[in-house]
Amino acid sequence: MMQHLLSIDDLSRADIEQLLELSELFVEVTQRDIPKVPALRGKTVVSLFYEDSTRTRLSFETAAKRLSADTMTFTVGSSSVRKGESLRDTVQTIEAMGVDAVVVRHSAAGAPHRIATWIDAAIVNAGDGAHEHPTQALLDLLTLRRHRGPSFDGLHVAIVGDVRRSRVARSGVKALVAMGARVTLVGPPTLLPEALETWPVEANDDLDAVLPEVDVVYLLRIQRERGAGALFPSLREYTTRYGLTAARATRLRPDALIMHPGPMNRGVEIAAEVADGPASIITQQVANGVAVRMAVLWSLLGSGGPVV
Amino acid sequence: MTAHDAAYPGGTQPSRTSTTPDGGRFVLRTRVFDADDLRRAHTRIAHEIVERNHGATDLVLVGLYTRGPAVARRLASAIESFESVAVALGALDVAFYRDDIGLRPVQPLGPTEVPDVTGRVVVLVDDVLFTGRTARAALDALTELGRPRSVQLAVLVDRGHRQIPIRADFVGKNLPTKETEDVRVRLAEVDGGEDGIEIWGPPATEDA
Repeated sequence: MMQHLLSIDDLSRADIEQLLELSELFVEVTQRDIPKVPALRGKTVVSLFYEDSTRTRLSFETAAKRLSADTMTFTVGSSSVRKGESLRDTVQTIEAMGVDAVVVRHSAAGAPHRIATWIDAAIVNAGDGAHEHPTQALLDLLTLRRHRGPSFDGLHVAIVGDVRRSRVARSGVKALVAMGARVTLVGPPTLLPEALETWPVEANDDLDAVLPEVDVVYLLRIQRERGAGALFPSLREYTTRYGLTAARATRLRPDALIMHPGPMNRGVEIAAEVADGPASIITQQVANGVAVRMAVLWSLLGSGGPVV
Repeated sequence: MTAHDAAYPGGTQPSRTSTTPDGGRFVLRTRVFDADDLRRAHTRIAHEIVERNHGATDLVLVGLYTRGPAVARRLASAIESFESVAVALGALDVAFYRDDIGLRPVQPLGPTEVPDVTGRVVVLVDDVLFTGRTARAALDALTELGRPRSVQLAVLVDRGHRQIPIRADFVGKNLPTKETEDVRVRLAEVDGGEDGIEIWGPPATEDA
């Protein structure tokens, strides 16, 4: 039984496959007239968000509610953190209220791991700095699986953009490679990871050359709030070389899929007409996020026997 | 087991349910039904269902995992053979409605695929009726999928030891058992091999 979900590293290929199969069952639940099951009645799930987020926080809270868990939300803007409370004190205060799982987003890599050593509740990493975002990787796999079937062997995925500071890319690469997919990172050298040779991927700085080769193109958000602007000459220059414009998208194979973790900078890394076009499965990523998070919360809180 | 290859409700079975709860320690006590007995039981239950409901037009047979969907399919094909009407089928996973979540490992067993049940007669179908807790969970699950005109329960074996006031409407065989024993229904399309029903139990030395 899974105790926490901190990193894709915690999951074997079989674990990932089991979570995806479970997620498929929860997709069916979310499509019912009453999209709710009593599985986690009496459990409490807290979202502890030290960074801004709309879709991830709402997705986790929706997932918890559809499993009949109680939810509490803690956002830094309206909390005692403003009064100088430490992370450890905040977390222990929350635990004292009797919670079963804490969904953590924090700007510091490793924060969820630290929290897991302080309290007994199950910890779910909802994004820690530039480190990991495991549920995003799982929902991306689920979205691909629902289009391409359960085998990822040989699937070729290009991940384009600011890989260096992307937790989505870090978790995504691990999950895709664990499932047997082939990953090519695409971007200018300043946006690719420093220790690139240690990654189990290929790399290329020429998006136009890569596009005809791939089954999936995964565009990362240019994270302007993290100072991405300093790493390339200008947004316009970035779009010229790495943006998926309508003209560039014609280089893709007819059955290729386009993904983006959101929120999108339309007109920067992806053109609006491409984001809304038939090859885009971006809105399905959001929809599948709820089912994946239901599967994760169920695996942590519901599936096993009593925790001793 | 994926939603992709489930062309038929309950058409696939997950592998993780194949282990037995005794960890391989139990021994075969009695073979209660062979393949022919099981076929006759299906035929009789199918007739009883149609007789009780004055036909099969409003029926939905909803199998409970793991073996219920297979039993429901057999009942449906029997009914179709003598009534000449197509019988609606469904498959229901009750894991998220169980009352022992957190007390023991609980895993969903397959995709829930149930047609519209509102206003129709739902026959819940399972292989063995024991404590009644699975049937109770199934009633809860069904309530959220619609409002049937009535709900009935059909099982191949009623082995007693109910813990909840639940009764089957259609029973293949009433089988007195000890609580420590295990009734194993084998269906070719789920378990491989030959159809049959067996009682297994701990070795005689442990069971004085």
